[in-house]
Amino acid sequence: MKRVVFFLALAMVASALAVCTSGSALAAGAIKIGGTGPLTGGAAIYGQAARNGAQIAVDEINALGGVQFELNYQDDEHDAEKAVNAYNNLKDWGMQVSLGSVTSTPGVATSVENNTDRIFAITPSASAVAVTEGKNNVFQMCFADPNQGSASAQYISDQKLGSKIAVIYKNDDVYSSGIFETFKAKAGEIKLEIVSVTTFTEDSQQDFSVQLADAKNNGADLIFLPMYYTPASLIFQQAKSIGYTPKYFGVDGMDGILTLEGFDTALAEGVILLTPFNATASDKRTTSFVAKYKTAHGEVPNQFAADGYDCVYAIYEAIKAGNVTPDLLAPAICDILVKQFTSMSFNGLTGDNMTWGVNGQVAKDPKGMIIKNGAYVGID
Amino acid sequence: MNLQKSTLNAVFTYTLVVVAFVVAQGLIKSGNISSTLRGQLAPICAYIVMAVSLNLTVGILGELSLGHAGFMSVGAFSGVVACVSLANVIPLEPLRLVVGMLVGASCASAVGFFIGIPVLRLGGDYLAIVTLACGEIIKNLVTCMYVGMDSHGLHFSFLTSASALQLEKGGKVIINGPMGIAGIPKLSTFTMGFMLVMFTLFIVMNLVNSRAGRAIMALRDNRIAAESVGIPVTKYKLMAFVTSAALAGAAGALYAMNFSTVVATKFNFNTSILILVYVVLGGLGNIWGSVVAAAVLTVLPEMLRGFNDYRMLVYAVVLIIVMIVTNNARFKAIPTRLKKRLRGASNV
Amino acid sequence: MLAALLRFNFLGGLYMSFLSHLISGVSLGSIYAIIALGYTMVYGIAKMLNFAHGDVIMVGAYVCFFAVSRYDMPVIPSVLLAVAACTALGVFIERLAYKPLRSAPSLAVLITAIGMSYFLQNSAQLLWTSNPKVFSSVVGNGSVKFFDGRLSISYNVIVTVLACIIIMSVLTWFTGRTKMGKAMRACSEDKDAAQLMGINVNATISMTFAIGSALAAVAGVLLCSVYPTLMPTTGSMPGIKAFTAAVFGGIGSIPGALLGGTLLGVIEIFAKAYISTQLSDAIVFLVLIIVLLVKPAGLLGKQVQEKV
Repeated sequence: MKRVVFFLALAMVASALAVCTSGSALAAGAIKIGGTGPLTGGAAIYGQAARNGAQIAVDEINALGGVQFELNYQDDEHDAEKAVNAYNNLKDWGMQVSLGSVTSTPGVATSVENNTDRIFAITPSASAVAVTEGKNNVFQMCFADPNQGSASAQYISDQKLGSKIAVIYKNDDVYSSGIFETFKAKAGEIKLEIVSVTTFTEDSQQDFSVQLADAKNNGADLIFLPMYYTPASLIFQQAKSIGYTPKYFGVDGMDGILTLEGFDTALAEGVILLTPFNATASDKRTTSFVAKYKTAHGEVPNQFAADGYDCVYAIYEAIKAGNVTPDLLAPAICDILVKQFTSMSFNGLTGDNMTWGVNGQVAKDPKGMIIKNGAYVGID
Repeated sequence: MNLQKSTLNAVFTYTLVVVAFVVAQGLIKSGNISSTLRGQLAPICAYIVMAVSLNLTVGILGELSLGHAGFMSVGAFSGVVACVSLANVIPLEPLRLVVGMLVGASCASAVGFFIGIPVLRLGGDYLAIVTLACGEIIKNLVTCMYVGMDSHGLHFSFLTSASALQLEKGGKVIINGPMGIAGIPKLSTFTMGFMLVMFTLFIVMNLVNSRAGRAIMALRDNRIAAESVGIPVTKYKLMAFVTSAALAGAAGALYAMNFSTVVATKFNFNTSILILVYVVLGGLGNIWGSVVAAAVLTVLPEMLRGFNDYRMLVYAVVLIIVMIVTNNARFKAIPTRLKKRLRGASNV
Repeated sequence: MLAALLRFNFLGGLYMSFLSHLISGVSLGSIYAIIALGYTMVYGIAKMLNFAHGDVIMVGAYVCFFAVSRYDMPVIPSVLLAVAACTALGVFIERLAYKPLRSAPSLAVLITAIGMSYFLQNSAQLLWTSNPKVFSSVVGNGSVKFFDGRLSISYNVIVTVLACIIIMSVLTWFTGRTKMGKAMRACSEDKDAAQLMGINVNATISMTFAIGSALAAVAGVLLCSVYPTLMPTTGSMPGIKAFTAAVFGGIGSIPGALLGGTLLGVIEIFAKAYISTQLSDAIVFLVLIIVLLVKPAGLLGKQVQEKV
């Protein structure tokens, strides 16, 4: 029976801890915004960036003195099960508006809950189609994966960036393989020649010699990289070491590569990417956001931070326009916000005149950027 | 005497689970339960079944398996495919879930059988690494698999893409390679989970207390001695291993049907390790220990949310401390010393 | 004439790509091998799977990274600093978490090691954030070129392979010839008998952890020199692969770790190059299973006959 006593003790300690720590001070009359994202583990960069970006927006809005927000981000470890737990935790806290999940797989799981509970959600960066599909109260701030894939193929073909294309994508990742699927379909449609397709996984994302050799031997002059910037930085370095210098084309996950600590930006010279956000842009909003982020977190914000920031502002504008008050229940707020979102046009860090369709996907123009002398330069 | 003890143990385990179920149901009915806990009830059941079934391999059979999540994966994917494709044939949801769990269990046991025949000849850490390898292989293969359904039935494709399934118009992709399955109907309920737990306990405890179970434990305690009295090693090892795989498959189906999405990478090495932690913490061979450990350790990380960024750090520290406290000779001696002192006091 | 030339070129191309894949394989394999040496060392003597080994590697790489990039220290002192830090960390971990469990069942120690691995990863994330850092190679990024530059071997790879061979030789000499090494082997054979012979078992095991962790620091620096992304999770996957490599070569055997690591790297690259990049992980593990079924104690492992 020793074990029984022991487990009881453990459970009691745990619940005591939970009680001690969960009593957070509530701002009176604030609208509660909740979100889940990976705050620990391998994908923590994305979750933390989105949270930090959103927090800056909340602080700015609260300082204005009008509508007040309270933000609560919970860790989902980039896992569907943990995301649902985190979502339920937020529900217990009294979440009225949701920022969905930061990454795709958790996003698919929580968006279903959002839909059943009628809590409005706009996700900063969960880009899979399944996140918004069939749910009329879930919206995306980022491009959906298929849009990125086909827009990239179209862009490469329109700008005649390359004639023989190689693709390297992450085979066990929803985001990467989702973009590749539609890229391939679109490429077939517009007769863009793909000469080499190779993959890697979470378990083997260090050595790219084989993938690069395959692209090189097939004479590829452009490599399409639908992935995040961490593996991409390794690809650039390894291609250089074998003396292979194709053009590179990335998607929004590539954003952030220039701010990677210790990265030799010369390796990324000439990389073209479609991204909605440019941290080096000189407009007032971006510079102020970047400055605030740097002061608070010592790093240059990436696209996830900007998406988080924009989500909060989009909610803010919709709430103002729809006269939402903090005493309304989540389903009531949901109805108002859905109406506002499908009719409004929003200007943010990640795009001007964004609009949302009833399917929840955003319509905004991807910005084609090229990296020159260690900075983004628009190429349109 | 021995029999009595095992019967008592079984009664205690069943009572524990039933009481926990009744209390939880009471909380739900009276509305006193948090959404967090309520959302976790069905996954807890799945983890309990995982832990009890792994205990059969690790605790009862005495072979370390680091690939238990692989069987869960097989069960989850095959179970969901069955449930989605039978949506029109079996309209009754609980029945469809049962069929899904059965399909998951049979697929997982088939995989367990094919892996078990060659692999169970190995022992110790070599068996551990081979089961780890099997789990990784399953994960990799499932990532490359595409399954779709149209009016002609199921279509399978491997290593290609969803378009290679050549579904007719109106067809539906079920498993979409790396993107896994999205839009799973939420069939799992706490009651179904509870029934699976009871079924698992029934199977495992009856197996343990049967002639076969005694043979299995004899193999664990001394393989050579057991072999010399005529116990067929392969047969009993396989029996334990395949039963364990089948139950894990059913748990996988239950688990997957509780969330709207499932991806192959979920069932990786870390998940296998997580289940192993439940088993070791609950006590090797101790069935109710696994039940309690799985439940407590699933809820614990949620309880620690108040620590924000330090949550997983605290979880790690708790894990280390618990292992040291329960296994260190000095700490272990404390309760006996206390007991002695109490007894000494009462004698006076 | 022309046809013959073309044919030669074609074959030459195939041969060349084979050679370059082989070099990539050896370079990846040497990284696995150097991690596996630490694993196998600890397993051989303390009989425990130290799953936190991969995370000690990560700590070593971070220490070296900060020494070089933030404090502008020269390369050799930074590497030495990393070695010192990891040795201290290894001994500390052993003292705090593993020593109280000396007589506990091996599974309890395994779980503690896993807890330690979580602990190190999460501490690293809190201390150094989850943003990846790009490690600049301690060796320099140049390479030796052959066949008019059609084939190149980077300095990183040369140094890693050399380091592997040196470490393996030193370890073999150390465990075989020195007094401490003999004590270690005695402990690995039979702890109780060793104790009776006057060997301080606890000190010997602590020493093993110190050596294993020092090796982890070297491995971390080399890992990140070849594949320069540094994150709190950097060590975990190479750690598991290296564990696989150690078992592949025969766990506990020092030359086995080198052989197993190298072969694993070569198999992984060849599977990607000649079969499928999508299935490479499955193929690597399948080869491992087949080898273990044929040679149940690994390639160079000792087959211990169970005594009745």
